[in-house]
Amino acid sequence: MAQIRIENVRKDFGAFNAVKSSTFTIEDGEFFMLLGPSGCGKTTTLRMMAGLDLPTSGEIYIDGEEVGQKPASQRDIAFVFQMFALYPHMNVAKNISYPLRSQGMPRAQVRKKVAEIAEILGITDILNRPVGGLSGGDRQRVALGRAIVRDPKAFFMDEPLGALDAEFREHMSHELRALHDRMGATTVYVTHDQLEAMQMGDKIVVMNHGVVEQFGVPQDIYDWPATKFVAQFIGSPSMNFLDFNGSVEQGAQTVDLGDVRMAVPRQLDGGSGALTLGVRPEHVHLNDAAPYRGEVVATEYLGTTQIVTLKTRYGQVQARIPSNVAVREGARTGLEFDARTLTLFNANTGAALRSDANRKVLHHG
Amino acid sequence: MSFSVTEPSVRTKWFAGLLVIGYALITLIPLVWIIATGFKSPSDSISYPPVVLFEPTLEGYVNLFTDRTRATDQMLEEAGPATTWYEQIARDRGTVISGPSRYGERFLNSVIIGFGSTALCMILGTMAAYAFSRFKVPLKDDLLFFILSTRMMPPIAVAIPIFLMFRNLGLNDTHLGMILLYTAVNLSLSVWLLKGFIDEIPIEYEEAALIDGYTRFQAFYKVVLPQAATGIASTAIFCLIFAWNEYAFAVLLTSGNAQTAPPFIPTIIGVAGKDWPAVAAGATIFLVPVMVFTILLRKHLLRGITFGAVRK
Repeated sequence: MAQIRIENVRKDFGAFNAVKSSTFTIEDGEFFMLLGPSGCGKTTTLRMMAGLDLPTSGEIYIDGEEVGQKPASQRDIAFVFQMFALYPHMNVAKNISYPLRSQGMPRAQVRKKVAEIAEILGITDILNRPVGGLSGGDRQRVALGRAIVRDPKAFFMDEPLGALDAEFREHMSHELRALHDRMGATTVYVTHDQLEAMQMGDKIVVMNHGVVEQFGVPQDIYDWPATKFVAQFIGSPSMNFLDFNGSVEQGAQTVDLGDVRMAVPRQLDGGSGALTLGVRPEHVHLNDAAPYRGEVVATEYLGTTQIVTLKTRYGQVQARIPSNVAVREGARTGLEFDARTLTLFNANTGAALRSDANRKVLHHG
Repeated sequence: MSFSVTEPSVRTKWFAGLLVIGYALITLIPLVWIIATGFKSPSDSISYPPVVLFEPTLEGYVNLFTDRTRATDQMLEEAGPATTWYEQIARDRGTVISGPSRYGERFLNSVIIGFGSTALCMILGTMAAYAFSRFKVPLKDDLLFFILSTRMMPPIAVAIPIFLMFRNLGLNDTHLGMILLYTAVNLSLSVWLLKGFIDEIPIEYEEAALIDGYTRFQAFYKVVLPQAATGIASTAIFCLIFAWNEYAFAVLLTSGNAQTAPPFIPTIIGVAGKDWPAVAAGATIFLVPVMVFTILLRKHLLRGITFGAVRK
């Protein structure tokens, strides 16, 4: 088991820059999520850690050893591919034992180890089956078996649940997390599914256009996004943005949207010009007495809650409120934001302005 | 009557069946004729109208594998009575067997050159196709087109330069020369076919093997090759059929040492010019290896022909 450290890693494919100078550290035993939309460089980053692609520049440390330019076979890691990549010409047992046979482990020991792994994953009864006829879940378990059989320093998984149907994904994600907790191995997991990332991960890196946007524990990232991109990418529906021109003083605890004054966490830097006020839907409350007004344009019933979409002066706002509150389309009402949860962004750079509330989270930069 | 897209009507099936049987008959008649001629006597083989029912004899096969001389009474006396069935057949024609013919040798040459060039073609072709499929080869598209362009003229168009080249290199009438020549002609086809097959094998399999601690070459022969087996088999059939049947270069470049069966078979007809059963016997035996090879690999061949037609 090992700590993994990425320093200033960059990857170019010809003229295309896939990853720009990424730096972050994955602690020993962490379940670490690389999250981002497709084409953001998350898979490339993972492949560089695994040694399937070599970084153009920068260093990768696994267990303190610089491995950036080493081939995958010398890194002692395991990789679970999205389409599993089980060897189709071998049966289940052979697939699982393949990494052991490359090390020249004696046959009896291999058999014992495979049986042990099959027991853990509950696939003892299919060991002699060819992999061709297996169900998605069993393939996934075999792929996991092949990964854990060798006790590698780290597990890398590239959207391992992507090929499964929705119902089974849920089940498999619990199984994966349980397996990780049992083995305590450092795991790096690539996904584009923000729910999966928050549900399973100890820590998340959010990437976009080859850049690390934010790095931290799921709750920090959800509550205190470092950029507008993160705020939008994480959470469903995503954070509401109110774009306005104005200024906030250093140390200010309010901000003026036109003639409406709103309370915000104490600002550390301040700023002026094009700004954006970000508020999560669950922190929007409908209160007829509130000065900031909006008109209800749509409601969406979600069981215990409902999503109410309102048209306001500075942009559309979605509120998540209990579904027993009666809301009529076309009604005008006041909106109240939970002051402690608001984030101000520089609308041009997309970066969050530092405040008392998010300064602990944002120091990662 | 109901109409179904997937299930053809009974009448359509009958029609299709008759069509296929008719086609099979037309293509098989020459083959059957050759095999039958091999068992005819020389007079039956050239009788007019042609005989379909005849008394089979192995004379053609005996003549194919032996050299004979017309026997004088003195020779017959010296040789004594015939001791084997094939000697008896020769005696019945008033000849004695003076020794084995060169057909066996020529046939062996065909085997060595045909299978040798096919094997070499597969080894080089698979590696080249793998490289073109997986690596960033500079000028890849140009190189692939260049390789294909060697197919754009009939190989025999360059017969004279090749003849001169072979003479200078001392490759005339050698097994090595013919193996190299057939390999060179077939390599373009095999690189292109195999590249198609290897392209279809997901790269993740090799990456998984790399992660599992294998070197790239190990990943190639332990993971890629088994999965490319179908493609390799069908490509091998195409290469073997060409090398096995090739006539023009064989006539031009071989005479004694490395002559293959195709240029040899017509010479069997002999001075008298009517030993068609022996020629037919030679052709029949010549057909056997390719037939066996193709039947053994026919599943792969079929898959090879329809390969890539449907995306999985």
